[in-house]
Amino acid sequence: MSELATFDAARELKFRDPARARALADALERLCTETGRSPISVMHVCGSHEQAIAKFGLRAVLPRALDVIMGPGCPVCVTDLPEVDEAVVLAQDGVRVATYGDMLKVPGTAYSLADAKGAGARVDVVYSATEAVELARDTTEEVVFFASGFETTAVATAAIILDDPPPNFSVLSAHKYIPPVMEIVAEMPGTRVEGFLAAGHAATITGWAIFERFVERHRIPVVVAGFEPLDILAGLVKLVELVRDRTPRVVNMFPRCVTAGGNRNAQEQLWRVFRTTGGRWRGIAHVPNGNLRLRDEFSHVDARTRFRIDLQRLWTHAPSALTQLCICGDIMAGIASPSTCRLFGRECVPDSPVGACMVSSEGTCRIWHQYGGHPQL
Amino acid sequence: MNSAVGTPPGTSADRAVTLKHGAGGRAMRRLIEETLTAGYAALATPGGDRVIGLAAMDDGAAIPLGDAWLVVTTDAHVIHPIVFPGGDIGRLAVCGTVNDLAMMGATEPLGLTCAMIVEDGFPRTELERVQRSMVEACREAGTTVVTGDTKVMGRGEVDGLVLSTTGIAVTRTIVSDAGLRPGDRLIITGTIADHGIALMAKRHGLAFDEELRSDVAPLNGLVRSALAAAGGAIVAMKDPTRGGVASCLHEMADKSRTCVVIHESVVPMTAGVRSAAELLGLDPFQIANEGKAIMGVRGDDAAVACVLTALRAHALGRDAAVIGECVDGPAGRVVLDTGFGRRLMSEVEGDPLPRIC
Repeated sequence: MSELATFDAARELKFRDPARARALADALERLCTETGRSPISVMHVCGSHEQAIAKFGLRAVLPRALDVIMGPGCPVCVTDLPEVDEAVVLAQDGVRVATYGDMLKVPGTAYSLADAKGAGARVDVVYSATEAVELARDTTEEVVFFASGFETTAVATAAIILDDPPPNFSVLSAHKYIPPVMEIVAEMPGTRVEGFLAAGHAATITGWAIFERFVERHRIPVVVAGFEPLDILAGLVKLVELVRDRTPRVVNMFPRCVTAGGNRNAQEQLWRVFRTTGGRWRGIAHVPNGNLRLRDEFSHVDARTRFRIDLQRLWTHAPSALTQLCICGDIMAGIASPSTCRLFGRECVPDSPVGACMVSSEGTCRIWHQYGGHPQL
Repeated sequence: MNSAVGTPPGTSADRAVTLKHGAGGRAMRRLIEETLTAGYAALATPGGDRVIGLAAMDDGAAIPLGDAWLVVTTDAHVIHPIVFPGGDIGRLAVCGTVNDLAMMGATEPLGLTCAMIVEDGFPRTELERVQRSMVEACREAGTTVVTGDTKVMGRGEVDGLVLSTTGIAVTRTIVSDAGLRPGDRLIITGTIADHGIALMAKRHGLAFDEELRSDVAPLNGLVRSALAAAGGAIVAMKDPTRGGVASCLHEMADKSRTCVVIHESVVPMTAGVRSAAELLGLDPFQIANEGKAIMGVRGDDAAVACVLTALRAHALGRDAAVIGECVDGPAGRVVLDTGFGRRLMSEVEGDPLPRIC
């Protein structure tokens, strides 16, 4: 066996061991029984968590008394209509727009980038921010990187901006910042959320200590967890323990990657390039400090200052009537689930999504459509 | 660039054929059922009702011929890049056609046809390379190309080289892809997703420690020995090409009106494919194979072991494994037991898009 294969096997044994997973699921069941309430509602705020939960079929083994709500954790899904419109207008105006694959089909007011591409616009799918810069280096055309993602991917965008990109390269930032939206959910009237499972990869950047102020203010526990099946189950066990004991605090269950202070170098780059500003998250609310935008000193790479983006010409069509029926917002706020949506699986399917949650592989509706939600299989 | 403005959005995909219709999933099956097969059913053929034709949507057609069946299948091949690790468009064309015949139980191809559309400017050396690998693949399959046709088109009118092949064979027993029922075991003849992952890695210029190679190979020899050993126990067969194992199983489960459960931990996959798929955010069950078959086997453990032994004795079947079974349950449902829990095995929807994080 090659060295790589041996390493692979060792890692899989450690974090993908079905026997250990069963033991954790049993522990979770016991804890829920001890807590004596049903349902106990906890929320994760990360599409990668939902993706992992669904992909490994964990919902089939979670206790019935435990409600794991998918929060606004998919950056693609919370990208607002006008942000998509900006990219569509740029593409229609002959600018090459480079973006992550997930962003292609996100509906704007009238069109998605895929529609624009179908009508002849240049839209390139890239795997990384670096690839977008390389695209710009290979051409004299204007290339705009339509950048989405939370603080994890925003760091990558910051790094390329600081790395002297070519003059024909600019960034249209739709980056979002997670901590403020947790405040919104915690303060929502009638919120059922008793604990948060925080995203391990974002915490790798920000550090776990960033959640301490939140816990103090809202008296809701936060557990930082990774993305292997054992990571998620162990994170849930710890979270329900904290809920049962009424001892709200931050616990780091992903210590192999996450430290209290996080990655200072990455934070430094992130905040040198970006500032937070308030803005609407699709379907959720106006989130104060929830959007990441380029600081003024980087206006030369900011597509919003480089180009005059006239959104109004897109507003010749009202959003379709179906859009009015979409409940993506309620689903991301944990108030509704895809199975209560009238459009889910009928008018709204991955091929022709009505709401953004059906587009991204991290969107709740897409994941439920793909993997079957709460299957009694 | 403003051509999109002024037309109602969101409906273009219904009015025109788009790439999603070619991805091998439900969209493609719908296009074929709604448009491409319309009208033929009403026309009579000398074979009458016994013909297994378009309506069966199987890998090929079977026409009764005395006490045997004439099996015929046809394929068009476009692939980018034309040469890839483990093969090229020529090998793919021959193997694809031979395998479609084999999946119907027809493992002795009498001959193939090959139509070629070549773009003006296509290098002679590449054409010779493709030709050589077609000859080599025919040799492996024990058949040859018996007739063909060649067209040359202008630059930009066709992308390099397009091949279309047809194959014919005679068999006494037909194996369909709709023969499953509860209790049957499912066997895959080897590791999954090798072809699609190798191509995607090549296309995106991704390098991995382990070399990723397409599995493209003629399966008729392997299938022949399995059928001989099984003595009628192989009740359904299909090759998981476009759309991967997921689409293949969905189609088999749909047509057989049965429910299928697959156990992820026993599905053979190389470490390289596993890492690449995780890295690219792709589901290996949705990725194409070009040298694998899924077989439904009826009978006790001994019957299953007999088929497995025959498969593993063949160079192309060394990694063959039982990966699941048919159970009582909703018709057409394909469940994946992950070892941690259970979920639906999903079919590809459009072109798989890389994930953002």
